[in-house]
Amino acid sequence: MPADLFFYPLALGLLGAGTLVIAARNPVYAVLALIVCFLNGAGLLILMGAEFLGFMLLIVYVGAVAVLFLFVVMMLGVDEQRDVRRGFLKPVGFALAMGGLLFAQMGAVAWLWPTVSPGGPSDARAETAASLAQDGGLQALGRTLYTDYALPFQMGGLILLVAMIGAVILTLHARGKTAARRQDPRDQVRVRREDVVQLCSPPSGQGIAP
Amino acid sequence: MLDLGGTEGPWWFFWLIVVAQGAGALAVLLGAVAYLTYAERRVMASMQLRRGPNVVGPFGLLQPMADGVKLIFKQILIPQAVNVPLFLGAAVLTFFLALAAWAVVPVNAGWVLADLNLGVLYLLAISSFGVYGIILAGWASNSKYPFLGGLRSAAQMVSYEVATGLVLVTVLLQAGSLNLSHIVEAQRGGVGHWFIASLLFPMFIVFFIAGLAETNRHPFDLPEGESELVGGFHTEYSSMPFALFFLGEYANMILVSAFATTLFLGGWLPPLQALAFIPGPLWFAAKVGACLFVFLWARATLPRYRYDQLMRIGWQRLLPFTLVWVVLVAAVGLAQGTLPGG
Repeated sequence: MPADLFFYPLALGLLGAGTLVIAARNPVYAVLALIVCFLNGAGLLILMGAEFLGFMLLIVYVGAVAVLFLFVVMMLGVDEQRDVRRGFLKPVGFALAMGGLLFAQMGAVAWLWPTVSPGGPSDARAETAASLAQDGGLQALGRTLYTDYALPFQMGGLILLVAMIGAVILTLHARGKTAARRQDPRDQVRVRREDVVQLCSPPSGQGIAP
Repeated sequence: MLDLGGTEGPWWFFWLIVVAQGAGALAVLLGAVAYLTYAERRVMASMQLRRGPNVVGPFGLLQPMADGVKLIFKQILIPQAVNVPLFLGAAVLTFFLALAAWAVVPVNAGWVLADLNLGVLYLLAISSFGVYGIILAGWASNSKYPFLGGLRSAAQMVSYEVATGLVLVTVLLQAGSLNLSHIVEAQRGGVGHWFIASLLFPMFIVFFIAGLAETNRHPFDLPEGESELVGGFHTEYSSMPFALFFLGEYANMILVSAFATTLFLGGWLPPLQALAFIPGPLWFAAKVGACLFVFLWARATLPRYRYDQLMRIGWQRLLPFTLVWVVLVAAVGLAQGTLPGG
């Protein structure tokens, strides 16, 4: 069975790398383990036939999000990198609560899923299965996102936009409007010789006034 | 997915064919990479009124072999403070990714190693990994200039990927498929049906500029930036690890050219039906060669951009323009009823 042949290495790799993410002493290794996690997760999705989701996981998370993580972590000084595990167990209660909530939600969705689709349970299952077989879930996903859930989808986009504007305003505000150094290419191109060149013969020992 | 049912003969025969196909494709690709380095030196030499390599073999044609032998026999220097597994792994990763992407590129009808339905996404995913080779090389070298080169490259490649993704959307709106072979077939019927001859022409330009930036080629070669950063992210590399970066960069150039050929220039299809007697792979190679020539031309002609100019071009010029063009292509498709599935 080729599917089993690939499932167990991918699943074990996912769990192992996931453990390494929180156990690694060096934060750069932790981010690299996170990337291995994403790779194995994408492999599992592709194995299930959800190829579109798998590739999207790779493009968005490995290609962009994890690069930014790595970007930030690499800039930490050696002292900050020394041991990220200090105080590791302090928020364990909160973490367990959040994890429990996440699993409860996933369980609820898995339990209720056939009945939340407007077309009825059998319809949704059949449509998804057909789409998975044909184009890796592309059509089913697109139809669901842009028709049944168009409004929540747009709201998700707006929330991200708010976060983005917030980040821009934070950096603008922190530096102050005048403190930010800018280069205007139009000004640079428009410079004339008279603006920047001054020919003079300064007397020895005196120089010239600026 | 794996289709093991339809093959005649024992299971190992199937695997043997797959491995042989892959090895054959790699052999051709590596030969092309070797002679791209030669072509680059000769083309730039004639643009700059020099002779270029003309001593080793007839017309200097054996120069790539001499260079390869030299690189193999050099000592591999590993500085003391580097993180050895990541230092070597980064070079291997860069080279590996540059080769892995070729699995989905069709060079003729049915001539493709893996005919994925989501081939475009596969290419996008592989090319988005490329940044790790460079960023890890910069970090693992444990040295100032490589680190700066790695950071620059991370920001640069992520920035230009956004524009590339939107360009792909416009192509997909016309082709109606993520399968590269289907995209080529959608352009059948001569040069007038190629996507470059349609509304998408500006997108070809944007794609090419973003391709220059993603392969770290001139005028966007700031991650290397000899005048500021010594050798950029590969300052500390020597011998074969350096050669892996070098070959990876050239293989990526060929890949971007092949991608552009597939998306905009009709892949293996002839420009006129009367020329259909010339086999498809030759057309494909000729078109890829033409794109590569522009890569070399740009290197011989253009000065390097400043970093803020690079960022401005990516975010303030290419991205808004491409975004408007996506809406335009979709609107025209909607008005003419040519949108796929609509």
